[in-house]
Amino acid sequence: MPDFSGEVRCTLCTVPDGGAPDFRSSEAVLKDVSRQTTVFLTISTNGTPERPATDLGFLLHKHPDKAQAFSTSYGKAHVLYPEASPERCTAALLLEVDAVALVRRGKGKGRGGAPDAALAQYVNDRPYAASSLLAVALSSVFSSAMKGTCHARPELPEQARPLRIEVPALPARGGAELVRNLFEPLGWTVTAEPVALDAEFPEWGESRYVSLVLEGELRLAEALRHLYVLLPVLDDAKHYWVATDEVDKLLRAGEGWLPEHPEHKLITSRYLSRRWSLTRQAMERLELVRLAEADDSDVEEIDNAIDETQDTDEKPVPLAVRRRDAIVEALRAAGAGRVLDLGCGQGQLVQELLKDIRFTEIVGVDVSMRALTIASRRLKLERMGERRAERVKLMQGSLAYTDTRLKGYDAAVLSEVIEHVDLPRLSALEYAVFGSARPRTVLVTTPNVEYNVRWETLPAGHVRHGDHRFEWTREEFRTWARAVAERHGYDVEFVPVGPEDPEVGPPTQMAVFTIFTTKAAKEEKAA
Amino acid sequence: MTSNDTKGRTLPVTDLSLVVLIGASGSGKSTFARRHFKPTEVISSDFCRGLVADDENDQSASGDAFDVLHYIAGKRLAAGRRTVVDATSVQQESRKQLVELAKKYDVLPIAIVLDVPEEVCAERNAAREDRAGMPRRVIQRHIRELRRSLRHLEREGFRKVHILRGVEEIESAEIRTEKRFNDLTHLTGPFDIIGDIHGCGSELELLLGKLGYVDGVHPEGRTAVFVGDLVDRGPDSPGVLRRVMSMVASGDALCVPGNHENKYGRHLKGRKVQHTHGLAETIEQMEGQSEEFKKQVREFIDGLVSHYVLDGGRLVVCHAGLPEKYHGRTSGRVRSHALYGDTTGETDEFGLPVRYPWAEEYRGRAAVVYGHTPVPTATWLNNTICLDTGAVFGGKLTALRWPERELVDVPAERVWYEPTKPLRTEAPGGHDGRPLDLADVHGRRVVETRHAGRVSVREENAAAALEVMSRFAVDPRLLPYLPPTMAPTATSRVEGYLEHPAEAFAQYAADGVARVVCEEKHMGSRAVALVCRDADAARERFGVDGPTGSLYTRTGRPFFDDPAVTEEILGRVRSAVTEAGLWEELATDWVLLDAELMPWSLKASGLLRSQYAAVGAASGAVFPGAVAALEGAAARGVDVQDLLVKQRERAADAAAFTEAYRRYCWTTSGLEGVRLAPFQILAVQGRSLAALPHDEQLALIDRFVSSDASGLLQTTRRLFVDTADPDSVRAGVDWWLEMTGRGGEGMVVKPVNAVVRWGSPRSSEAESGGGEGRLVQPGIKCRGREYLRVIYGPEYTRPENLDRLRGRFLNHKRSLAIREYALGLEALDRLAEGEPLWRVHEAVFGVLALESEPVDPRL
Repeated sequence: MPDFSGEVRCTLCTVPDGGAPDFRSSEAVLKDVSRQTTVFLTISTNGTPERPATDLGFLLHKHPDKAQAFSTSYGKAHVLYPEASPERCTAALLLEVDAVALVRRGKGKGRGGAPDAALAQYVNDRPYAASSLLAVALSSVFSSAMKGTCHARPELPEQARPLRIEVPALPARGGAELVRNLFEPLGWTVTAEPVALDAEFPEWGESRYVSLVLEGELRLAEALRHLYVLLPVLDDAKHYWVATDEVDKLLRAGEGWLPEHPEHKLITSRYLSRRWSLTRQAMERLELVRLAEADDSDVEEIDNAIDETQDTDEKPVPLAVRRRDAIVEALRAAGAGRVLDLGCGQGQLVQELLKDIRFTEIVGVDVSMRALTIASRRLKLERMGERRAERVKLMQGSLAYTDTRLKGYDAAVLSEVIEHVDLPRLSALEYAVFGSARPRTVLVTTPNVEYNVRWETLPAGHVRHGDHRFEWTREEFRTWARAVAERHGYDVEFVPVGPEDPEVGPPTQMAVFTIFTTKAAKEEKAA
Repeated sequence: MTSNDTKGRTLPVTDLSLVVLIGASGSGKSTFARRHFKPTEVISSDFCRGLVADDENDQSASGDAFDVLHYIAGKRLAAGRRTVVDATSVQQESRKQLVELAKKYDVLPIAIVLDVPEEVCAERNAAREDRAGMPRRVIQRHIRELRRSLRHLEREGFRKVHILRGVEEIESAEIRTEKRFNDLTHLTGPFDIIGDIHGCGSELELLLGKLGYVDGVHPEGRTAVFVGDLVDRGPDSPGVLRRVMSMVASGDALCVPGNHENKYGRHLKGRKVQHTHGLAETIEQMEGQSEEFKKQVREFIDGLVSHYVLDGGRLVVCHAGLPEKYHGRTSGRVRSHALYGDTTGETDEFGLPVRYPWAEEYRGRAAVVYGHTPVPTATWLNNTICLDTGAVFGGKLTALRWPERELVDVPAERVWYEPTKPLRTEAPGGHDGRPLDLADVHGRRVVETRHAGRVSVREENAAAALEVMSRFAVDPRLLPYLPPTMAPTATSRVEGYLEHPAEAFAQYAADGVARVVCEEKHMGSRAVALVCRDADAARERFGVDGPTGSLYTRTGRPFFDDPAVTEEILGRVRSAVTEAGLWEELATDWVLLDAELMPWSLKASGLLRSQYAAVGAASGAVFPGAVAALEGAAARGVDVQDLLVKQRERAADAAAFTEAYRRYCWTTSGLEGVRLAPFQILAVQGRSLAALPHDEQLALIDRFVSSDASGLLQTTRRLFVDTADPDSVRAGVDWWLEMTGRGGEGMVVKPVNAVVRWGSPRSSEAESGGGEGRLVQPGIKCRGREYLRVIYGPEYTRPENLDRLRGRFLNHKRSLAIREYALGLEALDRLAEGEPLWRVHEAVFGVLALESEPVDPRL
């Protein structure tokens, strides 16, 4: 029998790496307001005189006429029965989440005892809808039920019962549709109603919550295991698991239903993506979180340099590969050895260039520290051999500023960069690259907006990425590029990237700039 | 070279130089160095050997020891400090490295040779325990090598060579520190710096007249400074030379050489030079001149010093511009740079060398005034200005009054010489010519502020600010200020309140501030508006083409994605300012406003949706069911009474929370429903208004707010309070209670005198403006009880929660507020004084970086 008791830990309740909590900060928080609020679900069943509904009490190991409380590290869990008759019995699990415990994250950076945390941690909806916490609570309060053991009535757990489970506020990334897709294959009849953000402001739309009702004839242990796995999977990945044996736990809880589940891939990847390395990432960008909050905005609004859904190793977008191939080819043709990748993002191009020893020095520059961290991990810079490591460097930089470190290179690549710059500030980028850094060769790629009509998934009039400040037609791009070349003494040629459509051109357009003097010298040589 | 004078020889040594002592082991170099130089000026090879090998005599460590020695010497020379190298330096190879080092840092290498008989050296070494074992042949070899070197020292590159022979001469010698020729820091002017003349004699006379000179003498004792290129191309090079030479001779003028004088000088010395670029004209015009005059000209040109550092180091004059590292330095490279400037090695379409844009990178505090490259109009760029306005090409002859920084010019009578290429239409780089460099903001930085000294910015905070500034902010040229954060009032003990105005008044009373103003806090988003009178003003003052200003958030992001909407708002503010007649009254063509933009939901909708409304939505969905479940259990006789009461209270708190945030949200469409409430005019052309008392500020603002016909502008309600008068304080508290009782966000309490210091030893009252003591908080926010629910969560008013919250810690927030305030004031002062963009941006960037410091975000 699988054992779920007490093993599941989460970063919000304990400290990663098994270290002791940092009491400097946690004390400060402990003195602070406690907002023990409520997470809630109910489990009901109907009964007959032969199989009374009150058997639920045996199954759950909780007596229907008592209200029982259990202390957990993040607050108190209460189990009580609003109704308990042979016909119908309902158990309610009410979790009073202690917000103080939630923000006790063991970060000691706050000076003068001030808790080092972002505002979002104080005013958040976590206490009202903490799926992960609910899952943890389920597994500890109902551990025997989840294991399917009942010493008093050993036959009970084996029987399926009519069950009705209600979770009034379930955060569901993917919405009601995904909720249905996850529960229906397991034999549940699903009712999932989206919850409006604020009835007074209908234009704000729906919240990420659904009000969920599951009905079906299942064994209780199964039902609990479904919830244990699927509630956190539906949540918005902001509460991270930390245990190292996470895979085992998933296998145990998913025994008998997960492998056959049509969405098992999604379930597994979402469940397992909550590794604590992600929590570390979240902590790394606290400075940015604060700047977002200074503006009353969400960090996602500004920390969007990395598009996690695109261009990752797992899902290579063919166009991205073609773009890199075109760039590498153009760099080789230009005979470039020392290359700048300006706006290197997660470092895919840097990685590609490293494979060819003709590229003797590769410098990846990005303004996003997060991008650089990911690039550094991707390249495994820390473990790279000395000779190889000498060829590559990652550094933070910004093309809104001139930068003396960028002078004297053979080539610079700006791949899918310019469209992330506001048009009025493009001239600063132009000067920083063509006026100040002045590499011999500059490659600029950018989407060809004409091609957008060929993307089936892209709604008309939409840009390809939320952060694109503009997307250009071929004519607009060429006009800009020619003017830049003219102003700074470069020659420019244009190369299509990706399948060229006779009507709307290629999906990506690339300009190859070559500095005048080099070109003149080459031509002289040729003549 | 020897002298029997008992007084001893006096050895001139330049104040910034690399002094190389040369002498055998035991010749007394260290003693000599100790006697004549500061201990920190002297680096000895023995000492460096000790550093790397724990043994001053370990010869095997010499290689590393000299690396260290050269490294230290390099650091000192780069910082402009004279350095004395105490090593034997008897071998040419070792001296060569030192001469190269001096050249690298553009200082003079000076040799002082201590030539002592072998016996004396041996005797001295024998007396030293650690050298007693040194073989005699080592000393012999040293002396042999030294003698061999003597004749070559000047050829090796030493610009001064002092050879002291014998113990007596060494002991009686004195060192006299000499200033460099280019160091005229003691001259404070005032100066009139005059651009490239190129033989335009009558224009020169006209300009001198306009500047107030009578026959080459200024009645108020001003000094003319010529940036060179007196000759060639123009009609009267001899006349110009005569005028300038006589003014220099009489002490009424200074002159630095231009490349044209330099070339003509070589011609006069009989060197073969090409008679191009107008030299032929000079030669022809000089033909009629006397040989005596030609001789004087030759000597004059010969004696010209490449550049001058003037006025306490605040002013550098040279012909072709000079990067800071060359100021006051002495080397062939510096001279060549001063005369010809730097080029990129490329040539332009006219076949002329492309000049390196050194001024764009210039970050020095000294103003560099130069000529050489003809520009249509003299304009400041990063504290440098080119005065060559192409007089000989039919432009004008320009002078700069210093320290007034006024430009005076006279037009050319005609085109005297056809230019090879048309005058550039813009100063170097034009609008791109004020580029910001990453080094201005990146990494750990310290910003000097006049109000709070040095403010440091940590690397991780700068890194975060760089991302936001680069990716999301408005054009830095239109971002001359960011508002500082503000500390809340000290925590209140009044029952049911976390913040209460009584604390704010008490705090200011304790800080010696008698009069404060309470300003209504509009629950919107902080907004800064830069409003120019028109697009031309924006172009001239801020160097942008198109926009007439900017409207941005606390982190510099534009409020509206659509520039047309921004322009619409700016237009409405502009009309109001025009209507109120403030452009004329404030003698400005732009205003920088601190304001609040409403509604809050306009900019914060993302946060509202994901944080605040989400809390409401989730709690609204949870509580009814939870309470019903508890009621059901209670009805069955299960003891859940406590829990039920608690849950009901929570449900009520959550509802109150939703109510609290809803007050600050309303639906807008276009600009319909948008309000802007300005509360301070931060700066206008040439003036920071940060210190203007708030009563005067608000009076100015009321005038243009009431002139607004569009319904955009909203007034800020206020109440003046005397912190020493209990009745006045009570009135202030009541005002706040009334306002917040109706759902208002709260208020900000500010000293009426705006910028105030307290704690001056000489004053018992807080002083406004400069003076001593520490800066007093420029404002203290006092937030309403219901509003704080949005910040501290639905249930913060529960007694047990308030008790815990009262332990909140304000010091870091207060310190942060003062540091950001000082940076903000600094940005405004720099802007007002017309400092380069990078200087303003440095302070603005600092505010943004500090905003990412860890501090309790609820304060």
